[in-house]
Amino acid sequence: MAEAAIELIGIDKSFGLVRANRNIHLEVPRGTIHGIIGENGAGKSTLMSILYGFYQADSGEIRINGQPVKIDTPNDAIAAGIGMVHQHFMLVQNFTVLENVMLGAEGAPLLYGSISDARAELKRLEKDYGLEVDPDAVIEELAVGFQQRVEILKALYRGADILILDEPTGVLTPSEADHLFRILEQLKDEGKTVILITHKLREIMAITDNVSVMRQGEMVATRKTSETSVEELAELMVGRRVLLRVEKDEADPGDVKLSVRNLTVKDSRGVTMVDDVSFDVRAGEIVGIAGVAGNGQSELLEAIAGIRAAVSGDVIMDGKPIDVTGAADPSDLRERGLAHVPEDRHYTGLVLPFEENENSILGYHYHARYLNGPFLNLDAIRDDAKDKIEKFDIRPADCRLRTANFSGGNQQKIVLAREMEQDPGVLIVGQPTRGVDVGAIEFIHKRLIEMRDKGKAVLLVSVELDEIRSLSDRILVMFDGRIVGERDGEATEGELGLLMAGVEQREAAE
Amino acid sequence: MEFLGVLLQLLDATIRVSVPLLLAALAGLYSERSGVFDIGLEGKMLAGAFAGASAAAVTGSAWLGLMAAIAISVFFALVHGFASITHRGNQIVSGVAINFIAAGSTIILGQAWFRQGGRTPSLTGDARFQSITLPGADAVSGVPILGPIYSDLISGHSLLVYAAFAMVPITWWVLFRTRFGLRLRAVGENPAAVDTAGISVAWLRYRAVICTGVLTGAAGAYLAVAQNAGFVKDMTAGKGFIALAALIFAKWRPVPVMFACLLFGFLDAFAIRYQGLAFPGIGRVPVQLMQALPYILTVILLAGFIGKAIPPRAGGVPYVKER
Repeated sequence: MAEAAIELIGIDKSFGLVRANRNIHLEVPRGTIHGIIGENGAGKSTLMSILYGFYQADSGEIRINGQPVKIDTPNDAIAAGIGMVHQHFMLVQNFTVLENVMLGAEGAPLLYGSISDARAELKRLEKDYGLEVDPDAVIEELAVGFQQRVEILKALYRGADILILDEPTGVLTPSEADHLFRILEQLKDEGKTVILITHKLREIMAITDNVSVMRQGEMVATRKTSETSVEELAELMVGRRVLLRVEKDEADPGDVKLSVRNLTVKDSRGVTMVDDVSFDVRAGEIVGIAGVAGNGQSELLEAIAGIRAAVSGDVIMDGKPIDVTGAADPSDLRERGLAHVPEDRHYTGLVLPFEENENSILGYHYHARYLNGPFLNLDAIRDDAKDKIEKFDIRPADCRLRTANFSGGNQQKIVLAREMEQDPGVLIVGQPTRGVDVGAIEFIHKRLIEMRDKGKAVLLVSVELDEIRSLSDRILVMFDGRIVGERDGEATEGELGLLMAGVEQREAAE
Repeated sequence: MEFLGVLLQLLDATIRVSVPLLLAALAGLYSERSGVFDIGLEGKMLAGAFAGASAAAVTGSAWLGLMAAIAISVFFALVHGFASITHRGNQIVSGVAINFIAAGSTIILGQAWFRQGGRTPSLTGDARFQSITLPGADAVSGVPILGPIYSDLISGHSLLVYAAFAMVPITWWVLFRTRFGLRLRAVGENPAAVDTAGISVAWLRYRAVICTGVLTGAAGAYLAVAQNAGFVKDMTAGKGFIALAALIFAKWRPVPVMFACLLFGFLDAFAIRYQGLAFPGIGRVPVQLMQALPYILTVILLAGFIGKAIPPRAGGVPYVKER
């Protein structure tokens, strides 16, 4: 076995009473891609922050290439040859690529020489690793995938031999993710060591050589990727067997609950995002809309929910039209039994500084049962919140806690509980499990199936193809604002992938 | 020639009244580009003016006055830094507090030390920065048009005036051609990026507010030791706020800052010169309206004419490490 690039020996770290890392041992051989998986809050990010010098471990030792090192600041980590690509990019948005790469590694106090040096070095890195980026492009004008490349370049420019990537594919489209993986392979071939933190099992299987699993602050297992399976890893992560494919009975569709006809929506720039789309959703079925992010799904969802005005078209719910081109009011729609779980829970779903119980009634707060004359009936609201916490297994079970302090999965459950417990006839759901850990995904999927079995019409938009395939009774594929195909729930990934890439449409046009 | 003479006088006055604005606005630029909003430019300038006039009156040296002005202004800048960088306090509250402290303490100390109703003694001779006649100014004054422009408009100001205008290209160079400038701009946009690059956010911001202190001190010294012959209570009269407006108007860029300050200075000079004068077709404009003109224009310009002024993204937000 090759010499270890990184050795962590007995790392311990507590925050107050919480032991984020307990006695962690980890060995990463040089020139390999090593995955670290675990649910949100398992301690992956804390461990990597210790390695990068954001935190100091309470006890334990770090060895780089066999030498014990003391990493107190990011500077020490950089000096030890460690580079990090953060989940939220550490880039200055209005700086050029060159300026971002140079920042902190300028060399001399005056920039004259360093600019040309950096330019030459960028050229070399671009050639060696296939990391093409225009050095004079401004960051905010670059696509997310390119921004991530700049982060990688930053690390390499500082001479990193060990590259840590924290949830790198969370913001990428599938093809961008593929490109990233090719880059990582290339880095590995050049002898670099890569640590990949993720909670997506598929990525682990696709690219890593070894994988370590964290659960509740402990390193529970390390496996050779070739000798393990998705099922085993999932079980190690959660500590029990996980159903990766939700069990469900055959759907029993009833009457049409929601009918969309020739809907066209433009975005704020005037670009047509939804182009003449028509479909029906029946009671007792889940209709999934698949597609690469940015092909109009978000706008479609927003138009139906009354958040964004459509240009033309009709939406009919329970036989009565929704005024989607004009003054559709989300609160009227809610009264009519249309519940909406928005795609971005932070932006439109929750008010993060509010207490959990306040968020759990938001939008329904004027209902008589939450009121006491003109005032809020706090007791009723909190009882109601406690009820939802129990039903949806929201943790911690504290309705007075600030919503920002819940993990992503639990925040999503707060939104779902709020919308589902109103017993709507139609439920439209956007990205129900984005940034949610495996245990919670399973729970959320079960609840969605339950809604269907209770005879509700469910419209599901997700960029996770696995999710669409395992939940949907019918799958509509959106490409470039149009629905380019309809398949049943048994459609293969390859078949849907081609539709999502717009391939069939192009062939049909020829 | 009559017209040229009047115009030159007006522009000459414009330069004089623009200088404190320019120094204060450039001062604010350093701080705000680093992500520390500074509403206390006014207070630091006032404290600097008082310290400068006091020191110059006691020692008889304008240079020592300037030193004292800079020292006290840097002190206040560090107080602002301590509150808003180290203790992550509210930057607006800290700035307002500095304005109040400066306004009150200058009057009290002035009265206690000099007993002239809050004024400092009149400065004469070497206790003031005298105007400098540039080489050849007298020789070319006879040349039509260009002569008077050189001898009346460009020549004949105090050293601080030339220093203030020299600070414009120097600030630009520091911001865009030095390592310090690159990091300064970065820390005002995304301090987390600076932190992860292994640079201390706090130390960088402290250096920025020290620059602010030096320049507001110079602005105060100019008011009390060069433009006027001593300190008068509240002598900054809102210039720190106008400077802040100029900074926003110029979108935090050094060269536009200069033009913005010259514009505000011109309006001020115009108002002073033409107050009480009857204009053809309009008649007599009330003095108060003329005096209010620069402020009215400030509101109009800031409200509508400059388009979207995007402040440094991390401005006003204390840096707290994530997680």
